[in-house]
Amino acid sequence: MVDTAQAQSRSSWISALAKAPLALLEERVATLGALPEYRFLRSPEIGLAMVRGRTEGAGQPFNLGEMTLTRCVIQLSLAVKDQNGDGSVSGFGYVAGRSQRHAELAAVCDALLQHSDWQSKVQAQVIEPLQGAADAQRAAETAEVDSTRVNFFTMLRGEA
Amino acid sequence: MPYVAVKGGEQAIQNAEALLKAKRRGESAVPELSLEQIKQQMQLAVNRVMAEGSLYDPDLAALAIKQSWGDLVEAAFLLRAYRTTLPRLYYSEPVETDRMHIQRRISAIFKDAPGGQKLGPTFDYIHRLLDFKLAAENNQFSAPTTEVGAAIASTTAATPRVLNTLAQEGLIGATNSEDPTYTQSATHSPQLPNSPTPHPPFDITRESLSTPTSRDARLQNLARADEGFLLSMAYSTQRGYGKNHPFAGEIRVGEVEVMICPEELGFEVAIAGITVTEVQMVNQFKGSKQIPPQFTQGYGLTFGYNERKAMAMALVDRALQAKDLGEAIDGPAQNEDFVLFHSDNVEAQGFVQHLKLPHYIDFQAELNLIRQLRHNYDQAQAEQNGVEQPSTNTPDAPAPSLDHPPSLNDGASAQDLKIHHSSKL
Repeated sequence: MVDTAQAQSRSSWISALAKAPLALLEERVATLGALPEYRFLRSPEIGLAMVRGRTEGAGQPFNLGEMTLTRCVIQLSLAVKDQNGDGSVSGFGYVAGRSQRHAELAAVCDALLQHSDWQSKVQAQVIEPLQGAADAQRAAETAEVDSTRVNFFTMLRGEA
Repeated sequence: MPYVAVKGGEQAIQNAEALLKAKRRGESAVPELSLEQIKQQMQLAVNRVMAEGSLYDPDLAALAIKQSWGDLVEAAFLLRAYRTTLPRLYYSEPVETDRMHIQRRISAIFKDAPGGQKLGPTFDYIHRLLDFKLAAENNQFSAPTTEVGAAIASTTAATPRVLNTLAQEGLIGATNSEDPTYTQSATHSPQLPNSPTPHPPFDITRESLSTPTSRDARLQNLARADEGFLLSMAYSTQRGYGKNHPFAGEIRVGEVEVMICPEELGFEVAIAGITVTEVQMVNQFKGSKQIPPQFTQGYGLTFGYNERKAMAMALVDRALQAKDLGEAIDGPAQNEDFVLFHSDNVEAQGFVQHLKLPHYIDFQAELNLIRQLRHNYDQAQAEQNGVEQPSTNTPDAPAPSLDHPPSLNDGASAQDLKIHHSSKL
């Protein structure tokens, strides 16, 4: 049984890693310095996800179309046991598109975030900056879109 | 009609491909288009190719456009072909369009739509005059902005649907399958109100479509249908071939999260934000014995900013509900056999364009048949004339065109080619 709170925070960082632009993710991961060794449990694999919608936005699901996705699983090497003696942490990467590097970095960060020695560092140096950049981008888009907010008036016939 | 394959012509075919590549590149003095340029500056083309290619991947769509020399139907074909090479790993949770990060949102039925109307980037109110300033390069345009509170800017709250206003009064058909006669099709077994779908949605990429169709199958078909075809079908309903008085209840464009739930994780993760266009058309419905008069909905949802397509999709979706609503089917857009089996441009272009491939043997057979029929006809004519006017025409005088038909090259060229019979295509 997956702990709900833990699953929620993990889900949130996996999403942040997936949605990050690759260049920014590379840049943030570089700030971590030397990373522990890891190996692929599942090499990066490109595949599809069928995206679904709902009839009328809220009714029966239907298949809208597919999107590309790349996934991989890595495992940190046993030499970097954390204080709980847990060294076999594995990390999962799921990213839209076909970037194997992106999936790999996402998986590594996911593993590190589950490792007590690394969690706060990766959270502060990778996840928070990524979320901050995403929020800033979103705010900028909202400000642009809001400049086109429109108020129409209906004219009564015969009115001047 | 059997298609007979031919062999030969390798050199010409290779050269034709090389010539295409060279012509596609254009003059080498002109800088080559980058995928990033196509992705950003031809974004609506990229969107169309993703929608009709039924594959959301802006990088691949840009590549397909570059490779197809700007032929968007060809580009969609390239994406369709590519997708068949990949395994399908996941099915997403249905995207929550009410939680969309809005880039454009309008309603043509309520000016004070809760949540406000935002025009976004649109051609709607612009004169269709060529802008010659754009012909010059180094154009710089800055986006206007309105300062909004940080709270509003970062909010992920749902934008209420305009049609909820009608739903609250009970004046629009329920979106959930509460009324099986309305939302459920003949092929779906009736189910309890509000129960989850007892079966996965129909998938036209895995099952072959047969009529009568269910709405999930139709929506998938329409979402990847050719925009031009849908536009004309939609237009035909407005001109009277299956009229149903549509209003654009709500159009929204923006980013939605794609959530998957990998088994190995056991919880949902958002893997991307994708841009979609959603259209909810409100249509009149006079009611029937079971259903009181109310509005009904046509629904359009497409990948990318693809408004014309999504609107056309919504109109056609509504027209195709005619059979479920017990309406008279008197327009082509209401005929699901007609619409759904002719909507796909990958199939349509393939079958239309295969006609230009060598049909030498087929045609030879046709030619022989017509010659024989003509010979019989001429003989019959001659015999008849011989009975009526024996002096003017001798019955056994052969028509010169029959014994010495105009020489056609296909006989000779067919000999040059090794012909293989094939029943494919």
